[in-house]
Amino acid sequence: MATTATPTPTPARRRRGLPVVRQLRQAVGLQRGMLVAGLVLTGVFLLTAALADLLAPYGYNQLRDADGPFGAQQSPSGDHWLGTTVGGYDVLSRVIYGTRTALAVIVVAIVLSLFLGVLLGLLSGYFGGWLDRVLVVVCDAVYAFPTLLLAIVMAIVISGGQSSLWGGILAAAISITVIYIPQYFRVIRAETVRIKAEAYVESAKVIGASHWRIMTRHVLRNATRTLPLILTLNASEAILTLAGLGFLGFGIEPTAAAEWGFDLNRALSDVTSGIWWTSIFPGIAIVWVVLGLTLVGESLNDLADPRLRSRRAADAGETGEVTVVPGGPLGAGPAGLAGIEGAS
Amino acid sequence: MSTERMAPVGPVVSIQDLSVTFATDAGRVVAVQDVSLEVRAGEVLAIVGESGSGKTVTARSILGLLPETATTRGAVLLTRKDGSSSHDVVTLGRSDLGDVRGRDAAMVFQEPSTALNPVYKVGWQIVEGLRAHGGYSRAEARAKAVDVLRRVGIPEPEKRIDHYPHQFSGGQKQRIVIAQALVLDPGVIIADEPTTALDVTVQAEILDLLRRCRDEFGTAIVLITHNMGVVADLADRVAVMYQGQLVEQADVRTLFSAPREEYTRQLLGSVPRLGQGLARTQERAAARPAGWASATPVVEARDLRIVYPGRLRKPDFTAVDGVSFAIRPGEVLGLVGESGSGKTTIGRAIAGLTKVTGGSLSVLGTEMNGVKEKRFRPVRERVGFVFQDPASSFNPLLTIAQAVAEPLVVHGRAKDAHEARGRVDELLEAVQLPRSFGDRFPHELSGGQRQRASLARALALGPELLIADEPTSALDVSVQARVLELFDELQRELGFACLFISHDLAVVDLLADRIAVLYRGQLVEEGTGAQVLGAPQHPYTQRLLASLPVPDPDEQAARRATWRQLT
Repeated sequence: MATTATPTPTPARRRRGLPVVRQLRQAVGLQRGMLVAGLVLTGVFLLTAALADLLAPYGYNQLRDADGPFGAQQSPSGDHWLGTTVGGYDVLSRVIYGTRTALAVIVVAIVLSLFLGVLLGLLSGYFGGWLDRVLVVVCDAVYAFPTLLLAIVMAIVISGGQSSLWGGILAAAISITVIYIPQYFRVIRAETVRIKAEAYVESAKVIGASHWRIMTRHVLRNATRTLPLILTLNASEAILTLAGLGFLGFGIEPTAAAEWGFDLNRALSDVTSGIWWTSIFPGIAIVWVVLGLTLVGESLNDLADPRLRSRRAADAGETGEVTVVPGGPLGAGPAGLAGIEGAS
Repeated sequence: MSTERMAPVGPVVSIQDLSVTFATDAGRVVAVQDVSLEVRAGEVLAIVGESGSGKTVTARSILGLLPETATTRGAVLLTRKDGSSSHDVVTLGRSDLGDVRGRDAAMVFQEPSTALNPVYKVGWQIVEGLRAHGGYSRAEARAKAVDVLRRVGIPEPEKRIDHYPHQFSGGQKQRIVIAQALVLDPGVIIADEPTTALDVTVQAEILDLLRRCRDEFGTAIVLITHNMGVVADLADRVAVMYQGQLVEQADVRTLFSAPREEYTRQLLGSVPRLGQGLARTQERAAARPAGWASATPVVEARDLRIVYPGRLRKPDFTAVDGVSFAIRPGEVLGLVGESGSGKTTIGRAIAGLTKVTGGSLSVLGTEMNGVKEKRFRPVRERVGFVFQDPASSFNPLLTIAQAVAEPLVVHGRAKDAHEARGRVDELLEAVQLPRSFGDRFPHELSGGQRQRASLARALALGPELLIADEPTSALDVSVQARVLELFDELQRELGFACLFISHDLAVVDLLADRIAVLYRGQLVEEGTGAQVLGAPQHPYTQRLLASLPVPDPDEQAARRATWRQLT
């Protein structure tokens, strides 16, 4: 038996709003702080990617301007705010253009893994049987591989390790896709198996609805609740995988696109000779994006769970009220205020 | 019967001006408002009310067992059994609360299977309470646990103390939970719907045990229940709650014979009683056309057998074993039995949700043994199904109108939910729901309203057969009465045949033309309401009937004596 009284049914039906906006309204305290911080970090990332051409002082593969070559490993100055790399590129411009590569990889990787993972999970969970068993075993096998190793293998298979702009992006995205399909598959499959046993699916069966109709209309729409959460968390992991690939030399050539992992790799030898600017800034960019996306994901997770969600205290003004006499009531009665006043 | 026995001692629990507010997403919700109650030593106080009336919150506040989102005002004074100390639970800190819980007041939960930890032996779980309050050596604690198990009626407690929860039946588990509560000899036990999850026959045993707790241990009991029969059976005093407020408080006899408040009268009036359906059934039987008895049955089962295959080398489980019955057109067959008797399985088999493994089951002329889904799909149009829990039988993302339109769309009577809206409005009106409710989502409706909508959906295609699987057991009594009335009206108007599955004899009696009693997968008795309930032949039916508590303290006392003879 539920302990709470039925909450007054507010006509909140149409006011549910967009996923993230709704949560922003709901959040309070630390959770709100986390969510806002995450949204700000992510917002800056997205804006930078969109406005890269306006923000960057030079092109990502520009080595010289009207005054001649930039020169390699120049320390930060008025011309090059964040200095130049060992290859002679402008660090600031490459950090800014790097957001584009990162965003493209995230979007492609997530779209691919989302569609495939959800479809397979739905079919597998709904029909069960041998299809389910085979898919689960395959996904478990993928889980067992170290993700980066798998991504490297995929990168080699897809582009032979060499990369143009889109070749590199696709290679990175598809290798990330392979790793994340099992996650979406698992989540959607588990939800489908749970929802399949719900009474409303049985009632659809009793009505005589076809499998496809049950799957799309009744199961899928109810199974996608946790997706935004995995989406944001996977996006941040995708950045790390991309940076890892670039760092290990399977990234995108500097002439084709700016890529933080690749720049870090090239900055490796600089660190020992005291050249800090070539590694710090791409590193900060990676941390920035990962932190932003993770904060959004984590706070969405907490807000989605009513047990983790903090709320405004019921009545800030009334909690302080304590009885006059320990164990006594507030007002009337022999132990309350009235009683004491009457006795004195 | 109990007033003389009670010693005139002070209250064990004294609740004064208690108000509890919850912080929710929709703002603050007042669950309990200015409630004052007293529980005297050795007394059973029943708190009754509909769900959401605040009865559970009130009782839980005695143990300080409210969630963090709750804000409590007022005082809950808890006195130790020997009168040595007394605390205000509301102001107690965490560690002091731990000291009070178990020793001064203990709790018995609704669902015994979840209240016990499955990975520990039951003895360990009882001793845990003793150890938490200190002062017992290992051997002493064990001896005490064995003793308390014996006193709650567990056979061979020396041996069974080392068993795990899954080795006990549901009723025995509830006994162990009660033993856990009793072991520290608390002044008061809070029993939150202690018998709701149990079968009627087991319920009678547990009620008997709780009565012994009061008589032998001198423990006061706060009994939270929605079942008026249980109240009449066990309570000394009754407090009626409605929307967070205390409506009426009276001696059990006074309350049942002369309820003061209008709400109490309504509540008592909506409790179904045995024998109410007799006149209605006779009237209907008289109105049947000649030759009705020889008409082709809508559903006919012959030696029906349904077996669930066992997993991992466990033997198969036979849910239904050689059952034969028939439902003729326009007839309501009530199927009664306890949980595990196979009644739901039969309902599901008729709807094609469970495979028939043996015998023959013909539904509207289609043989269900070995039927293919493709061949059965056209028949589905003629069968409606009402599920037990209205909360889960609606897709939460579809509006009521969309859900009710679903059968019409699936069977091509309408292109989409929008086109079907006219018919949906008619249906909603037929089940007495306002048209505007069609635009609402399931969670915006109350339990009773949802069950009406569920009925509308089942009737959307004008079925010849309706299967109702415990349609009212998730509802409050007052709501149940209205839904049953509506059901009866619609059945008379539309004339569909119906299989009405329920564990509640009184509900089945109200609606059914004939009653079939299932026991462990077998049909033990079948006949009209007058035959089965008036002169039961099978010992199981007799026991079932005697276990059913009736909402009248004096009559119930007499019935209790009969029940004792039978067991």
